Amino acid sequence: MGTPAAFARRANRPKAPPDPLRLLPTRASRLLALALVAGLALLPLVLDSDLWLTVLLFVGATAIGALGLNLLTGFTGQVSLGHAFFLGLGAYTACYLGNPVDGDPAGRGLPLVVWLPLSALVPGLVGLVVGPAALRLSGNYLAVVSLGLVFLGAHVFNQWESVTGGSDGTAVLPSLALGPVDFAALGGLTRNQSLFFLVWGLLGVATVGCANLIRSRPGRAMQAVRDREVAAQVMGVSLVRYKLGAFAISSGLAGVSGALYAVILTFIEPGTWSLPLSIQFVAMIIVGGIGTTVGGILGAAFVGALPELVRRATDGVPFVARTASEDGLSLPQLNQILFGLSIVAFLVLEPRGLAALWGRARTRSSRR
Amino acid sequence: MNKLAELVFSGTIRGALYALVALGFVVVYKTTGVINFAHGGLLLLGTYLTYNAHVTWGLPFWPAVALAALLTAAVGVLVERLVLRRMVGRPVFAVVMVTLGLLVIVQQVVPAIWTYERLNLDDPWGVRAVAVAGVRVEVKDLWTLGLTAVALAAFTLFFRGSRYGLAMRATAFDQEAALAQGISASRVAALAWAIAGAVATLAGVLLAAGSGGVEPGKDLIALAAFPAIILGGLDSPLGAVVGGLAIGVTQALTAGYQPVHAAFLGTSFDSVLPYVVMVLILLVRPYGLFGTRTVVRA
Repeated sequence: MGTPAAFARRANRPKAPPDPLRLLPTRASRLLALALVAGLALLPLVLDSDLWLTVLLFVGATAIGALGLNLLTGFTGQVSLGHAFFLGLGAYTACYLGNPVDGDPAGRGLPLVVWLPLSALVPGLVGLVVGPAALRLSGNYLAVVSLGLVFLGAHVFNQWESVTGGSDGTAVLPSLALGPVDFAALGGLTRNQSLFFLVWGLLGVATVGCANLIRSRPGRAMQAVRDREVAAQVMGVSLVRYKLGAFAISSGLAGVSGALYAVILTFIEPGTWSLPLSIQFVAMIIVGGIGTTVGGILGAAFVGALPELVRRATDGVPFVARTASEDGLSLPQLNQILFGLSIVAFLVLEPRGLAALWGRARTRSSRR
Repeated sequence: MNKLAELVFSGTIRGALYALVALGFVVVYKTTGVINFAHGGLLLLGTYLTYNAHVTWGLPFWPAVALAALLTAAVGVLVERLVLRRMVGRPVFAVVMVTLGLLVIVQQVVPAIWTYERLNLDDPWGVRAVAVAGVRVEVKDLWTLGLTAVALAAFTLFFRGSRYGLAMRATAFDQEAALAQGISASRVAALAWAIAGAVATLAGVLLAAGSGGVEPGKDLIALAAFPAIILGGLDSPLGAVVGGLAIGVTQALTAGYQPVHAAFLGTSFDSVLPYVVMVLILLVRPYGLFGTRTVVRA
């Protein structure tokens, strides 16, 4: 602690403002992050609803993909409706490499440390290959071409039966063991509880990685590209390099997201990776908050929890059909309608999404 | 030879439908700069409204189509006024996503009202067929060709000759200059959406007539028409026709010959062929065959 004089000097030093470049600039934010991590780690142990646990698993898995899409769309300004294709690519990579050798369909039986990184790498590389074609275009044309990618991808997934099981689909049962740690059964926990740690652990890594990328040199370059391409070029930012880079990273994250999604589902078919899934991901970043790191996670939570919330909220509402025999709006229909409405409503009323709502609430409470 | 003729004919029919769908897209894009992913929703709505007016309310077929076209046009105007108007000046992806959100809503509202069952439009043509030059041709297909030609000709006359057509062209060319000349941008936008709604209804009815059937999922043709639009150029009505026909015929020929001659491409390759064509076209000519060269290359 030093001499009393040194102590006094330290105490009298004017308080430095929080450094905006740090990931967690204030002590409060550091404490909040710590509490969040601790809370999340305890959650699967105390949550006694397997249903909500499954919802949380899907939220975690899709949030990784949403982070990736936000890098591409929110931070680099490139519209993509092709995200579902890269999710599918990651899922089939995981399935082909990780499924047991004697299983049906047969896989390569490789361990987690192989199939998981490759389920990011393969889509990332494909993203690099497709990227140059897509990035010659901008705006509307890019949206339409990336849409074409989804349709072409669905054709390949349907036809390449030896890997994807064709239109009949395939079981996804890769080994989830990382050395002695098996994420399918962590000491006495159920599969869903154990998976939670893998999925949310990876989400944590991806979140910190994205946040770090955004506040460093490449992140600023990407945002410059988004804000005005010509100005970015004048400052020496290579458009091709950063657009392609964002495309590859976004595709890689989509791949991991797809692989985890498939592991949670345990069964996938080509129809899973079609336009509605792409729309879901774009909806996530819109609802959550375009161009914010937390936005993707908030959006994934919103989209993931919506069906269950709707199911509970409509209990006893007359025009909603609970079973197939009843008249009225079915639950899936209502879900989709609310989903569509929330896309439109957020874009029209609060284009910066839930993240902005949260930010506004925080400023208001700190002003008091 | 007979097979070839049949394929070309069926491809032309398909292409005519693509062209009709594409026309609706192009009108909206050209005048308001919005790429309307919800166009398929308008098509679906128009088809079901026709069914409702004709079969449920018992109106004669053509008045039913006209009424449905009118109502769908009104829905188009309403959507423009309530939603798209607020999106002016917003980033492209936001506008794209708003129309996708609208599509998601329509796709669910329609079966909630009319169920998922495949309904019979009870059109005057049914599945009757005649022989033209040795090729068996459905009467409905001849009407499709004829009506598409009439619709396109009428649009061209309106676009080139009428006062409002001129206003639309002026707005498409330079919105600010058009405003300075006293042209109401909001009226032009409403008109574009109304035309899109009416044309979508016609396309939907022709698609659902005869053996087609009215069912949810018919809106997929709007997404399938994208390659035709890209091929022709997003902002060219002429391109919509040429692109539509080219894609339609290529698709039919592929469906006819690819399973035998290029089986390795897999079954139903013809359904994705338009997208292959689209990607190839964009690599060579990013603005399509007839589009304005405004696409910036990286």
